[in-house]
Amino acid sequence: MSRGKPIGRLFLFFAMFALLLTGCEKPLSNVLDPQGKIGKEQLELINLSVYIMIFVCVIVFAIFFYVLLRFRRKPGDNAIPKQVEGSLMLETLWIVIPIILLVILAIPTVMTTFSQAKEAPKTASEDFIRVKATGHQFWWEFEYPDYKIRTSQELHIPVGKKVYVEVTSDDVVHAFWVPGLAGKVDASPGRINRIPIDADKPGIYKGRCAELCGASHALMNFQVVAEKPSEFEKWAKKRQKPKSEPQTVEAKDGKKVFAQNCMSCHAIDGTKLKMKGDKAPNLTGFAKRNKIGGLLDNNEKNLDRWLKNPEKVKPGTYMPGFSHLNKKDLSSLKTYLKSLK
Amino acid sequence: MATLVVLLVFALFIVAILTGGYNKQMISRFRSHWLWEWLTTVDHKKIGILYAIGGGFFFIFGGIEALLMRIQLFFPDNQFIVGRDFNELLSMHGTTMIFFVAMPLLFALMNVAVPLQIGARDVAFPFLNALGFWLFLAGGLLMNLGWLFGGAPDSGWTNYVPIALNQYSPGSGIDYYVLGLQIAGFGTTMGGLNFLATIINMRAPGMGFLRMPLFTWTSFVASALILFGFPPLTAGLFLVMFDRLFGAQFFEVALGGNPVIWQHLFWIFGHPEVYIVVLPAFGVMSDVISNFARKRLFGYTSMVFATLLIGFLGFMVWAHHMFTVGMGPMVNSIFAIATMAIAVPTGIKVFNWMFTMWGGKITYSTAMLYAVGFIPTFVLGGVTGIMLALPPADFQYHDSYFVVAHFHYVLIGGTVFGILSGLYYWWPKMFGYKLNETLGKWNFWVFFIGFHLTFLIQHFIGLFGMPRRYFTYQEEDGITLFNQISTVGAVMMGVGALLFVANIVVSYRNRTSLVAGNDPWDGRTLEWAISSPPPVFNFAQLPQVRSLDCWWHEKMEGNKEMEPAEPLDHIHMPNDTPLPIIMSLGFFISGLGLVFRAFEVGVLGLVVVVVTMFVRSFKPDHGYHIEVEEIKATKKGA
Repeated sequence: MSRGKPIGRLFLFFAMFALLLTGCEKPLSNVLDPQGKIGKEQLELINLSVYIMIFVCVIVFAIFFYVLLRFRRKPGDNAIPKQVEGSLMLETLWIVIPIILLVILAIPTVMTTFSQAKEAPKTASEDFIRVKATGHQFWWEFEYPDYKIRTSQELHIPVGKKVYVEVTSDDVVHAFWVPGLAGKVDASPGRINRIPIDADKPGIYKGRCAELCGASHALMNFQVVAEKPSEFEKWAKKRQKPKSEPQTVEAKDGKKVFAQNCMSCHAIDGTKLKMKGDKAPNLTGFAKRNKIGGLLDNNEKNLDRWLKNPEKVKPGTYMPGFSHLNKKDLSSLKTYLKSLK
Repeated sequence: MATLVVLLVFALFIVAILTGGYNKQMISRFRSHWLWEWLTTVDHKKIGILYAIGGGFFFIFGGIEALLMRIQLFFPDNQFIVGRDFNELLSMHGTTMIFFVAMPLLFALMNVAVPLQIGARDVAFPFLNALGFWLFLAGGLLMNLGWLFGGAPDSGWTNYVPIALNQYSPGSGIDYYVLGLQIAGFGTTMGGLNFLATIINMRAPGMGFLRMPLFTWTSFVASALILFGFPPLTAGLFLVMFDRLFGAQFFEVALGGNPVIWQHLFWIFGHPEVYIVVLPAFGVMSDVISNFARKRLFGYTSMVFATLLIGFLGFMVWAHHMFTVGMGPMVNSIFAIATMAIAVPTGIKVFNWMFTMWGGKITYSTAMLYAVGFIPTFVLGGVTGIMLALPPADFQYHDSYFVVAHFHYVLIGGTVFGILSGLYYWWPKMFGYKLNETLGKWNFWVFFIGFHLTFLIQHFIGLFGMPRRYFTYQEEDGITLFNQISTVGAVMMGVGALLFVANIVVSYRNRTSLVAGNDPWDGRTLEWAISSPPPVFNFAQLPQVRSLDCWWHEKMEGNKEMEPAEPLDHIHMPNDTPLPIIMSLGFFISGLGLVFRAFEVGVLGLVVVVVTMFVRSFKPDHGYHIEVEEIKATKKGA
């Protein structure tokens, strides 16, 4: 039986490699292929530890399999092996070598830990931007204090600039994680944690909530949209002066429906609504977003699905369904939402 | 509440019908029933078996919960079990497996083996031993009642606040968690205390600390960890309990409370807990490997000191579960270095195991297969542990499937393999017959391969960005196939576990052909010097221990049994008593009452507890003696 074991393990490793080659067509959030400097520093540390650990594993497994095969008891062999007490030399060896390996690992670890914990400079500058991210059950709110923008679900960042994110929570503990860019930090109520992220390449990166936060923990996704600085500035300008007033008759009706049903929780900047709700995502520029609720592709069918029964899409969400609205109201509401740019 | 009363009355009716009503003979009829003996026993060997049955029972629940989760994760955007229901599954799976499977099964092995290994007639406090078991059972049953009444806990086994507070988890789930765990925790603390006292005070003449078998040593250190590790949990649970039941505001941020306090309290307990469940498994491996390689343990003294060091360092590293909380680079660095330091004593152990086998004559019995399979598995879990200790890297791994893979490698590869190895190894000592070896090997290989199939791939699921405790993922994430492989592996593990059950049944049926003598494995330690199963008093005369591996030593000198250290005399034994089960029932009733906010019932349960404590304290119970003739008769019979 013992002979099957190494073969079984080898098979496993090969199977795994085959999977690695074929299985991962487009992981949008791959820790092993980060698109930012901070993520790359973290990956360097991961790689260093992997090399050291592979070294350890190779030695251990080599001795292990040798012992397993070499020292089997043959049938009928009743000889008593020599009762060895130990060996000072060997035992010192496997105390000293691990300590050396750990020191090699510990020095860059401590250095990176401190260098990545540097906080944002107090004064605003061209080289970085600041963002405040707040976790809610089950959506993310993003505020740009230097731009006076408040948005949700989509975090726009300029490529090549450091983004200092201040992470906190409004209710339970969440965690802010963009695997394709950098590591995560907890969003705890009553605490502000600071984490830098950055992107080298324009693109859309998937963001996750990584701390169990309730029924729809698995669906609390957001997107990080990394753009060239010029495009980012353009986006920010547009967001500061959004086109939120309805242009058509139907959209005007839709705004009325919005005022009657949605305003107490959702805000839309650039309109003269009586109040700006802050219990739910800010919907300014909704038509330009990629996702509805951070989750569904932004199209007519999904918008309909979401408005009628959000509980079905995100269990435990605080948003009630609006299936009771008549067809006309619902369709004008959708028209209005789709006109928000 | 009304439902409860109705159920209680109904249960009493059933009892009355089955027993023929209350009359003078009822008590005596009860007492002569075989079940009575098991309900009231204070014998460590029987309590060990009870622990094994209890742990096995909850293992079925934990396993089914795991399989349901893996089925949900088979397809992206699957709608089989989502949202809160999935959170209940993952919370109960974690809590059950740690507190109601791993711990009781290890207590089972400790109860069976430790007193025998040190040459004792029982544990130091037999009453406490029984009480510990019944409290564990009461806590476990209470928590699982959540499935039937009011919902199971849904905030993970870590039960982080504020999600575990009334505002965000309004059902009774977390109440079950808090009270069930509190009750089971009392039992565990007593168990730990008991084994500490037993090992310190009840060693046979000549059994110095540095002659104790490694399993006894690791049980000793694990018991110390229990003693110091559980109080923080108890304190934390009280805080949550007061917040939920009595409107305290310990964790309410708006009123100055701090949710991070719970995380600290939980992990100050939680990390030593990891070592509580893995150290005894290390001990099993050490004994089994040394036994089946026919060699004394390589570097025994360094093994002992490595165990002590792991136990000590285990209290210094809890914050590595909290790197992302935002404690700052200084705190993170300190805890990172402390965590890495644990690798050194653990490495010592791994090399010592391998060099125990070096030059030996290895027999691959099922117990040995599990011990051997444990080494590479645990090494893999250990190296990912070091990788997790680097804070900047941990920012990427933390709360992802990488962590899930890591701790299943150490908890299954370490604890579960250890428990299974121990069960195969000590089964003949517990019941007098061996388990079937052919089925045992099937059991091992199916379980072992299923395990690696399930969890190896999960490292990559985590690195491709899937956080843990997610009930679903999207097609675009590119991890569908990985998750499907993992599910297939989980099913295989399920089959492996069933093979173990099948083995128990088959072996029981064929027990006459599997009869084991005193010493079926050519053992080295003291438990193999007496009959299987041992008589109620274990040792007719306490043995004189003359070396490490004392039974092997005597055999090498050609002796047929241990040299006695005392003349044959009557033996003092403790009486069986129903008080532990009544006391636990009191706690159970109290817990149930508090869950349903029926505070009268809660108080009533505690009254039952206090009354039993009073009876225990003031009713003299001097035990009984086994006379010399009876001992001689048992000796001849065996």
